[in-house]
Amino acid sequence: MSYLEYHAKSVPTGWRKILYLHWPLILLLTAISSIGFLILYSVAGGSLTPWSQAQMERFVLGVSVMFIVAMVPIWFWRNMSVLAFLFALALLLMVEFFGVSSKGAQRWIDLGFMRLQPSEVAKIALVMVLAAYYDWLPVRKTSKPFWVIIPVLITLVPTAIVLRQPDLGTALLLMITGGAVMFAAGVHWAYFATVVAAGAGMIVAVFQSRGTTWQLLQDYQYRRIDTFLDPSRDPLGAGYNIAQSKIALGSGGWTGRGFMQGTQTRLNFLPEKQTDFIFTTLAEELGFLGGSALLLLYVLVILFCLGAALRMKDRFSALLVMGVSFTFFLFFAVNMSMVMGLAPVVGVPLPLVSYGGSAMLVLLAAFGLVQSAHVHRPR
Amino acid sequence: MRRPERDIALSRRKVSRRAMLIGAGQVGFAALLLGRMRFLQIEEASKYRLLAEENRINIRLIPPTRGRIFDRDGTPLATNEPSYRIVIVPEDAGDVAQTIERLSTIVELDADDLNRALAEIERSPPFLPVTLAERVSWDAVARVAANSVALPGISPDVGLSRRYPTQEDFAHVIGYVGPISAYDLERMEDPDQLLRIPRFQIGKVGVESKLEEVMRGSAGTKSVEVNAVGRVMRELDRQEGQSGGDLQLAVDHKLQSYVRKRLGQESASVVVMDCDTGDIRSIVSSPGFDPNLFVRGISSADYARLRDNDRRPLASKAVQDAYPPGSTFKMIASLAGLKSGIIDPTETVYCPGYLEISGRKFNCWKKTGHGSMDQTSALRESCDVYYYDLALKVGIENITEMARLLGLGKRHDIPMSAISEGLTPTKQWKEIYHGAEWVIGDSANAVIGQGYVLASPLQLAVMTARLATGRSVTPRLVKRIGDQEQPTGAGTSLGLSEDHLRQVRRGMFAVSNHRKGTAYKSRIEDEKNRMAGKTGTAQVRSALVDNDEVPWDQRDHALFVCYAPYENPKYAISVVVEHGGSGSSSAAPIARDVMLQALFDGPPPLEAYPEADREHIRELQELIKEDRPLPGDGERGQA
Repeated sequence: MSYLEYHAKSVPTGWRKILYLHWPLILLLTAISSIGFLILYSVAGGSLTPWSQAQMERFVLGVSVMFIVAMVPIWFWRNMSVLAFLFALALLLMVEFFGVSSKGAQRWIDLGFMRLQPSEVAKIALVMVLAAYYDWLPVRKTSKPFWVIIPVLITLVPTAIVLRQPDLGTALLLMITGGAVMFAAGVHWAYFATVVAAGAGMIVAVFQSRGTTWQLLQDYQYRRIDTFLDPSRDPLGAGYNIAQSKIALGSGGWTGRGFMQGTQTRLNFLPEKQTDFIFTTLAEELGFLGGSALLLLYVLVILFCLGAALRMKDRFSALLVMGVSFTFFLFFAVNMSMVMGLAPVVGVPLPLVSYGGSAMLVLLAAFGLVQSAHVHRPR
Repeated sequence: MRRPERDIALSRRKVSRRAMLIGAGQVGFAALLLGRMRFLQIEEASKYRLLAEENRINIRLIPPTRGRIFDRDGTPLATNEPSYRIVIVPEDAGDVAQTIERLSTIVELDADDLNRALAEIERSPPFLPVTLAERVSWDAVARVAANSVALPGISPDVGLSRRYPTQEDFAHVIGYVGPISAYDLERMEDPDQLLRIPRFQIGKVGVESKLEEVMRGSAGTKSVEVNAVGRVMRELDRQEGQSGGDLQLAVDHKLQSYVRKRLGQESASVVVMDCDTGDIRSIVSSPGFDPNLFVRGISSADYARLRDNDRRPLASKAVQDAYPPGSTFKMIASLAGLKSGIIDPTETVYCPGYLEISGRKFNCWKKTGHGSMDQTSALRESCDVYYYDLALKVGIENITEMARLLGLGKRHDIPMSAISEGLTPTKQWKEIYHGAEWVIGDSANAVIGQGYVLASPLQLAVMTARLATGRSVTPRLVKRIGDQEQPTGAGTSLGLSEDHLRQVRRGMFAVSNHRKGTAYKSRIEDEKNRMAGKTGTAQVRSALVDNDEVPWDQRDHALFVCYAPYENPKYAISVVVEHGGSGSSSAAPIARDVMLQALFDGPPPLEAYPEADREHIRELQELIKEDRPLPGDGERGQA
């Protein structure tokens, strides 16, 4: 579809657009963010500083960005997709040379009031450019090998840059996001089956070769993989975080120790207690009920987006909304899996709850895109 | 585009189907997360709650304050003083090497300490503090505190550490403490939990080691809430431990210090015993060392210097070394002879300078011979031939029995390290240890304190005290443990005839007061403080070469034992000067100076000395007062 194919009359204009926003979704996002404020308040020992207040300010900024993005017609964003993608790549390259690195892997650009992680921007930009690509591509060509390779390359470019940083976790997430959009676009399942089979075969080969004459990786690389997969091998390093996190979580029980009553997180047993491991505080203090409530809110976000996507009339909007919601899903799914000891430790924040401006701003801007698609849907 | 509507419809259907699939997958994964959450929080809750408690509360030991050691006047000999340390928590430091590098620009770091610390950082978990520098100045602490921002993970810490204010004076008596080693722990059955504290200080040598249990005290405990990096957030409960018991030694630090200075750099030892109580007023091995070096952890260079010194500063010669007692053994022989009834003290023996025993010629030290000798003159002039004759008549069994009665061949139980038992040989002993029969020549050697007989300076002092009092005086080093006064070593009567004792004492008196006595030069002029003594020379080599013509380490050991005042014995003293030449020339003058110092409880008046010596003594007293090197140190000639 092109600009001309939109029926101007059926699309809300001017201030009427506000009425057509997806208000339930906005309410959900606000609720989730509010839980974040509360937990950050608790983690700081009952204080708005240093985290809670700053997080609120960012939320206000992020929501403003979301509204602005939402007011701009979706076809403008579609036309901006390639530009946005190139911009994200430029940012990624920039941090490669000028970025500040903390803990060796995560790189960011200091904007003065916040630190921007280009890899977060890249995730959304990748979703946009792939959605635009499939919007442009005639449907019957979707599964033609040539037209499958192009989006794969598009995905691999930012992945390769991130891998160089080196941030294996983010690189994997980028690949999965790209794959998810392609899957949603209707690329033949055989491609996915092949990739999955090849991947599995490679993993088997890598592990089978260990200790033989044709060993594929160096010994130290194997050891790294071992710790990555089984953190308990390194009880004072990565395994320490996970073990502590499980203890904090488990001591929560049904209803938790009560708001501001957590002992584990309060005593700094947990590293990154205000960022990647914030869920443990919530689960320790509010228990299983609190944890599952947050999970429910997250699932509702996914379902609302899915519902919106199904009502979209054009491919770009539908794929964009699904892509954004999938990115959101990846955030909380990976974070919670990690905290609960189901996945290796990768630096992924709990969306809208973890302290950190970059992820929150990018996510809210992305939901602005979802809102824009929702508002400018031909009715 | 052909049939775009169909295209679009197809696309929409496909997107919808895939969207449903993805949505289902997402909800499914969320359900999995919910299940995992339920498992951890509900099913495993009790297990993790328990772990959480352990995590939060940590039981820490409070090291007790170690008991102090005082001398008989209450002057501190071993104390605890606050010492500042600089510790690093590697986890908080980030780049450890860089942080230490920065620290070294403001605080002087010892290379040895640093290497040990780096090794410890490698080994221990990153949240445990490791000591980088010990006993740093307050100034350094202030500098570290001022630069704390640039030194992450580094902080000053205060603890107690042992200090020996008298330095060298008590090195061998008190010994020193040092960090417990894996070897120390291994040797103990069921060690106190305190000892598991890394680098906990325990007594290594001397009183510190022997009375370790008394002085250590018992640990207190405190439960503290700690965070993940081990930092204490608050204290929940505290149980005070018991600090260690203080000790009071019988030793007089002033006399001890005087003796140490009087010996200078001689390789020698002196024991001063109180004849009434057995109190050890002074017990010095020379040269000494500064025990404070060991508390800090001695550098390998310092240690090598002590170890390789041929005067063996590390050896506690006064108790651990046993020497042939030489002629100081002759009192025992005399008494044994008298007690057996075989020897009449007035009976004379002719000394032509040697005695032939079963075809072998036994020489007297005086090659020209002493002529006719009764017991008093034989003791006075230390005639060997008289005693060869006595040994043949009395037999080794009687002599050995008397030696044991007077405290030789027995380990005296004072809390010092490596106390020697000495040796009082018997026929049976020789058969067991040498597989050979006791021959009469062995008796002749033994009676003049050579051959197999061995005694430590401590044993010689005990022997002298027993001769002086006739009681079984035993040494007492520690006067008081905690609040408990220790029993004195006054002892009871040895059951020796007062006549016999008087006979021997007369001979000893003559040694230092008769013109012909071997220690006449080292007499005490003061009427009230006349001294009785006996010289001894322990052969180091067998050939008869003059002492002046051989290197230092082949000269004979010089011995002297004495007590004073003669009428009313107060102190018994033994002196051994290794390679000192002869007892009369090097050991006796030291014994006299020490005796006078003890009797007058400070520098004696010059009138106590023979007129001829006074000028020399005045100079000597001056030098000692100023703790300056003594003349002829290490290269003492014949007096």
